[in-house]
Amino acid sequence: MTFLNFFISGISLGSIYAIIALGYTMVYGIAKMLNFAHGDVIMVGAYVCFYMAVRYELPPLLGVVIAMVVCTLLGMIVERLAYKPLRQAPSLAVLITAIGMSYFLQNTALLLWSSNPKVFPSIIGRGSFKLFGGELSVSHITALTIGVCLVIMAALTLFVGKTKMGKAMRACSEDKGAAQLMGINVNATISLTFAIGSGLAAVAGALLCSAYPTLMPTTGALPGIKAFTAAVFGGIGSIPGAFLGGLMLGVIEIFAKAYISSQLSDAVVFGVLIVVLLVKPAGLLGKMTQEKV
Amino acid sequence: MTMRRLINLKRVEARRIYLTYAVVIVAYVICQSMSSAKFLSSSMRGMLVPICAYMVMAVSLNLVVGILGELSLGHAGFMSVGAFSGVAAAILLQGVIPFAPVRLAVAMIVAAVFAAAAGFVIGIPVLRLKGDYLAIVTLAFGEIIKSILNNFYLGVDSGGLHFSMLADTTRLLPGGKLIIRGPMGISGIQKIATFPAGAILLFISLMIVFNLVNSRSGRAFMAIRDDRIAAESIGLDITKYKMMAFVMSAALAGAAGALFAMNYSTIVANKFDFNTSILILVFVVLGGQGNMLGGIIAAAVLTILPEKLREFSEYRMLLYAIVLIVMMLATNNAEIKDFISRFNPFRRKEEA
Amino acid sequence: MRAKTKYVPIPSTIILPERDAERAPVLECVKLGITLGGIKAVEDFNLTVGRTEIVGLIGPNGAGKTTVFNLLTKVYQPTTGTILLNGQDTHGMNTMQVNKAGIARTFQNIRLFRNMSVIDNVKTAMNNEMRYNMASAILRLPNYRREEVAAHRRALKLLSIFDMQGVADVPAGSLPYGAQRRLEIVRALATNPSLLLLDEPAAGMNPSETADLMDNIRKVHEMFQIAIILIEHDMSLVMNICEGICVLNFGHVIAKGTPDEIQSNPAVIEAYLGRKKEA
Repeated sequence: MTFLNFFISGISLGSIYAIIALGYTMVYGIAKMLNFAHGDVIMVGAYVCFYMAVRYELPPLLGVVIAMVVCTLLGMIVERLAYKPLRQAPSLAVLITAIGMSYFLQNTALLLWSSNPKVFPSIIGRGSFKLFGGELSVSHITALTIGVCLVIMAALTLFVGKTKMGKAMRACSEDKGAAQLMGINVNATISLTFAIGSGLAAVAGALLCSAYPTLMPTTGALPGIKAFTAAVFGGIGSIPGAFLGGLMLGVIEIFAKAYISSQLSDAVVFGVLIVVLLVKPAGLLGKMTQEKV
Repeated sequence: MTMRRLINLKRVEARRIYLTYAVVIVAYVICQSMSSAKFLSSSMRGMLVPICAYMVMAVSLNLVVGILGELSLGHAGFMSVGAFSGVAAAILLQGVIPFAPVRLAVAMIVAAVFAAAAGFVIGIPVLRLKGDYLAIVTLAFGEIIKSILNNFYLGVDSGGLHFSMLADTTRLLPGGKLIIRGPMGISGIQKIATFPAGAILLFISLMIVFNLVNSRSGRAFMAIRDDRIAAESIGLDITKYKMMAFVMSAALAGAAGALFAMNYSTIVANKFDFNTSILILVFVVLGGQGNMLGGIIAAAVLTILPEKLREFSEYRMLLYAIVLIVMMLATNNAEIKDFISRFNPFRRKEEA
Repeated sequence: MRAKTKYVPIPSTIILPERDAERAPVLECVKLGITLGGIKAVEDFNLTVGRTEIVGLIGPNGAGKTTVFNLLTKVYQPTTGTILLNGQDTHGMNTMQVNKAGIARTFQNIRLFRNMSVIDNVKTAMNNEMRYNMASAILRLPNYRREEVAAHRRALKLLSIFDMQGVADVPAGSLPYGAQRRLEIVRALATNPSLLLLDEPAAGMNPSETADLMDNIRKVHEMFQIAIILIEHDMSLVMNICEGICVLNFGHVIAKGTPDEIQSNPAVIEAYLGRKKEA
């Protein structure tokens, strides 16, 4: 039973990673950039949610919706101001800009909300389901996290596969030049990708802080890196890959904490990433592109 | 013939190398005399050694990022391997080599060897990957090194060296001494790192990198950077040369780590985290990839700047972030570049 | 009792210039084939190249010509068949080893080391013949200087074949197009190949540049006495310079022979001009 308990918390943590990883993977797929500021959008989402719920005493779910709106706008503004001018720039310059943006968001948060950790109220209370006569206990937030992740995954797959905008996104990720010639507004599509990724980050922020209720300006940094790892793990650029990578990373992390050592869990997670990349150099579901000679 | 009027690349390159050496020597003489004449504040004097260490880090990372053309996001990991092994060596040698500068030199060599070994071991898997995947794996290794050192215990007693992981199970004999204490790192370090030593290390690093770049190995590095497939087609052993650059870079980072650590009384693994790796990468990118002098200057400015911004204490990291973004936009966006150049009175006339 | 082996004649397609007939061929490809993305990009490719032969590899776009080069240089590993280079099986070798064994090439879309100077492009290709290690480079030992000076001289000499010694210090990426193509040939020659593969060397050149190129290829052939395989769409160049021609279509060899034979071969005419519609 403890094994099952660990497994479920692994899946739950993994679901959060998966939602964050979606943001990384979509942006990478379309803009070919590593958006290091994505983790900090999570933090902003969590803070907005926190203030809506605590200061203005709005219902938590409404708080999440407001946080999503704020983060969506934030993502689009960041893209417009910092990344769009660098469309033609070398990827390293874009990477450093994204890191600069990450510092910017963290330090703005520090000024606005101070470095004192806030205790985040769970968005649906702290109850839990008891299964197998109480042997297995699944908290409501765990169940909600897994459910939300599945819904997002299904919705996003449908959106990218079936809608016109989704097709535009896929076209842009294959070949921006050709997409433009086909009448697709590439800038709008990239902006949309950032919007969706950042909106999801807000959801991830609320779920993350409901499960691990300490909220600080640096809250987003480590989950951001882990989720990024998850995206690479699954094959960066691939939406199912982000989902799979996120879940596996979550499970591995919880098991490593439980059965190996909580101090070395990060080392184990990154070690597994390295092994996976050695066996499959483009991640689990990534496509290997060969350079044309 | 118009071709002949084009710049003489070789001479420009040689001039740039000598300029770099000259700038380093002049800057050293100025700083040293200002420091002796008590012109520098004590906080500035305390920063001289870390600045040297960061400069060496910038030079060493530039070898990988600028010359070899691979992105490394875990360079601080090699710095920490060097810091820990170097300091441990210095502590162990305290009785053997009483003369501090020699002990420092030996410690830095030990640090370089350990970091080079780490670079080799890590290089085997890392260098099989390409581009962003290579970058993410270096990030992963940086984090792994940090995690391991955070849980590493090393002690010495009459029976020799003992080490353990996770918890202190070294079971030292009475009179033994625990050197590395897991998350507590190493404390009670003798601060034997000096500014002249730092300057010498920087000078040696520059010499190694410049001489390497202007040799068959350096040409191979740059060929791999410019076109891997063409480099293979002319018979270059890609793995060998990538490994050579990677290991050399790690070794220099290790020596810099030892220098850095021996400027403080305590050193912990968390000091060398992802943010430190990024900081060094920022030096390289702001200074210009492949441009050693640029990286050195960027390292100095970006280490001094946050200190000078202390009066804006709360806003300083925010300002730093803004400076970073604006610098990137200014140097990489064509329109913004154009806009800035309009205000440049020394703008050269467009050549027809 | 063992079943009686049935013997069948294999159509031997080996033809060599008379002057090379006495010497072992530089390259023998037997039943070479590769499947890329489910498509047989090249199938049953047989070609024998004499020690000093100039062979043309022609065919419509997408026929698999560059794929043959990629197979020879192990950019792709062949799925079937063998390649013998100077009698040595190149099975399991990689691009670097094949180059050391004697194949050098140029690329259809020029691949120079653009940020390096022209002469450094050439010197990089001499890497494997230079004899000094990292330590001598860092310490600037006498053997470093000796080897570097020798390499510099030889690189200038190679550049002078194409009259490019004047631009030795210019970044390769800033050279005009034709000069970049020439530099690629010089770089390939610097590795001391026994077989030189030229992938569309005249692409994008005007007629006078093409004529110069033709002279240059002849000059290289004369000076180095090596075998050359040439992919080219410019028929006047191919017919003028090549001794043997191999025509590919849809990954198959459809004809082989001298320029005269090829020009009158009905299968070749059909591949290039299409079949006349039956009335």
